[in-house]
Amino acid sequence: MSVRVLKPGLLSSLQDGGRPGHAALGVGRAGAMDAPAWRLVNALVGNTRGEAAIECTLLGPTLRFDQPAVIALGGAAIVAHVGGVAIPMWTHCALPAGSVLTLGGIAVGCRAYLAVRGGFDVPPLLGSRSSDLHARLGHAHGRALRAGDVLPLGSAAAPPMRAGDEAIRMLPWSLDPQPWFDFRQRPLALLRGSHFDRLEAGSQERLYRARFVLSKDSNRTAGRLDGHTLRLQAPLELISEAALPGTLQLPPSGQPIALLAEAPVTGGYPRIGQIAAVDLPLLAQRRPGDTVCFRESTLDEALARLAAREQRLQRLLTVIARRLASSEEYSP
Amino acid sequence: MAPPIQFEALAEDALLLRFGERIDADLNDRVHAAMACLCQRLPALECVPAYASLLLRFDPLAWRGPHGEPGHRHLQAAVVDALDGHAAAAGASREVRIPVCYGGDGGPDLDDVAAHCGLRRDEVIACHTAADYRVAMLGFAPGFPYLLGLDPRLAMPRRADPRQRVPAGSVAIGGSQTGIYPDVLPGGWQLLGRTPLRLFDARRATPALLAPGDRVRFVAIDAGAFAALATERDA
Repeated sequence: MSVRVLKPGLLSSLQDGGRPGHAALGVGRAGAMDAPAWRLVNALVGNTRGEAAIECTLLGPTLRFDQPAVIALGGAAIVAHVGGVAIPMWTHCALPAGSVLTLGGIAVGCRAYLAVRGGFDVPPLLGSRSSDLHARLGHAHGRALRAGDVLPLGSAAAPPMRAGDEAIRMLPWSLDPQPWFDFRQRPLALLRGSHFDRLEAGSQERLYRARFVLSKDSNRTAGRLDGHTLRLQAPLELISEAALPGTLQLPPSGQPIALLAEAPVTGGYPRIGQIAAVDLPLLAQRRPGDTVCFRESTLDEALARLAAREQRLQRLLTVIARRLASSEEYSP
Repeated sequence: MAPPIQFEALAEDALLLRFGERIDADLNDRVHAAMACLCQRLPALECVPAYASLLLRFDPLAWRGPHGEPGHRHLQAAVVDALDGHAAAAGASREVRIPVCYGGDGGPDLDDVAAHCGLRRDEVIACHTAADYRVAMLGFAPGFPYLLGLDPRLAMPRRADPRQRVPAGSVAIGGSQTGIYPDVLPGGWQLLGRTPLRLFDARRATPALLAPGDRVRFVAIDAGAFAALATERDA
C-alpha cells in the first residue's frame, strides 16, 4: 500500500492546503504553491478531503507503485510515462501494481502536481501533510523527497479495476488547462503596500512598468526579482510585523522579494506592494529566468477576481465529481 | 486614552490592526488583549500578533456583509464592534519558568556579553534571571519567542558573523531583546546558555511551549541538573 521514490527529481515534496491557524506559534502555512492545480488533480482522482499530492519542481520524480493506483497530473506541463506509455495530463489514469511512473522535465511553467486516489498518507502535523521545507515541518522533518522514501497511500487508494487487469487505463476526457495555467505570463495584480509612498518617485513608477526577472535564488519561501533595483526616499527602521505570502518586500539591497507559501510569519522589511492572492498561483508557475511584471490593482478588483475564480473552480469540481461517478468502469 | 487602532487592508484575506510603531510593553499588552478578545468573539479569524500590531487572516469569500459587500469593510466593522469596550482588559497571563544552564558549551558568548556590559559573569546571570519577561510574539521559526523585559544593562548588538548552526534551546540576546532558539537554526544573537526544555514539538497537544502574552522567568541550573532534565525530556 505504498509508493517508492526511485529518483526524487529536482525538488519534490508533499503538499496539501497547508497549515492555517498556527502563525501565532511561528508556524507558517506552506501548502501547494499553485493551489487551484492541486485542487483539480485531487478532484480528478476522486479525492474530496484535501489529500496531499506531490509538488514537482522543474524535473519530476520516478516512482514505483506496489499496488494498483489511480493518478492525475496537473499544473505545469510535465512529460510522464509508464514503460512506453505516455501518461496525459489533466485526466486520470489507472495504473496496475508494479508500475514505474517516470516524470520528466517541465518545459513551460515551474510546478506540476501528482495526485493519487486516497492521497499520500503520511502522519499529519498540525492538521496538514504539507512539507514546510523552510521550517522543517512535515514528512521526514520537512525535507524534499529522496530516493528510497516510501510513501503510504490512503485507504481509498485501490481503484475499481476488473480483477487481473494489467493494462493502464485512462479516462476518455481531460480538462482544458487554458483557464488553469497562465500560458501568456500576464502581469500580476499588485496592490500598493504600506510603504509604497516611501519609494522614490522613479521607483514607484518602475515598480509598475519594469520587467523583472525571477532570480535563480528563489524557492518556496521567497521569489527574488532581478533586473531593476528600487530605492526608498530615506531608510526606514521598522519593527517586525506579521508577514504573509504575496508581500513584496524591499530589503536594503533594493532588490524586491516576493514572499511565497513558506514565508516566515513575521518580517521587518518595508512592504512596497502586495501581490493579489488570486495571482499567487501565477507567480508559482514562473521559473527562474521568467519575466515578472506588475499592474496596479485594487482590493475590490482582486476580491472580485478571487470570488469569480472560486465560483469557476467550484463549478468545475462539481462537474468532475459527476463525470467520475458516471465513468467508474473506465470504459474505453 | 489609547490612540485609535489603524486598520490596513493588506491583501484579500488579511487585515492589519496597528496599535503603534514602537517596541513597548504597553503597546504589546494592547495587542494581546485585542487578540484574546477577537479569538473569543470572532473565532473564524486567525490572529497573528507582533510587537505593536495584530494581523487578522480570514476567508474573504465567507466574510461578506448583509448586502454582499466585500470582506474587509464588513470585517473591520465587526472587529471594531467586538473590541468596543473590551480591548482594555488584558487577559490573565501564564508564567512559565525556564531552566537555563548559563555559560559553558551552551553559552559561548557569556564572557563577551559580560565584557561588553562591564559586568561579571555572575552579574550577567543575576540580571538575566531577575527580570520578568513577556512573550511579545513568536516568529522567525516555529516556537521562537521574542521576549520583552531585558535589563537594559544587558543589551548587546548581534554578532558581526552570524552562526550557521545555533543549537536548539540556546538562550540568547539580540539588541534589547532576549529569546530562545527552538531548533538548530542559523542566528546572530549572543548565546548566554541553554535550556533543556523543548520549545517546539509539533507532536505535542500544545506544540509551542510559550504563547504570545505569556510571562517568562529564567532560572539558573547547573550542568548536572541540565543533564538530568535532558534525560527526562528524551525518555
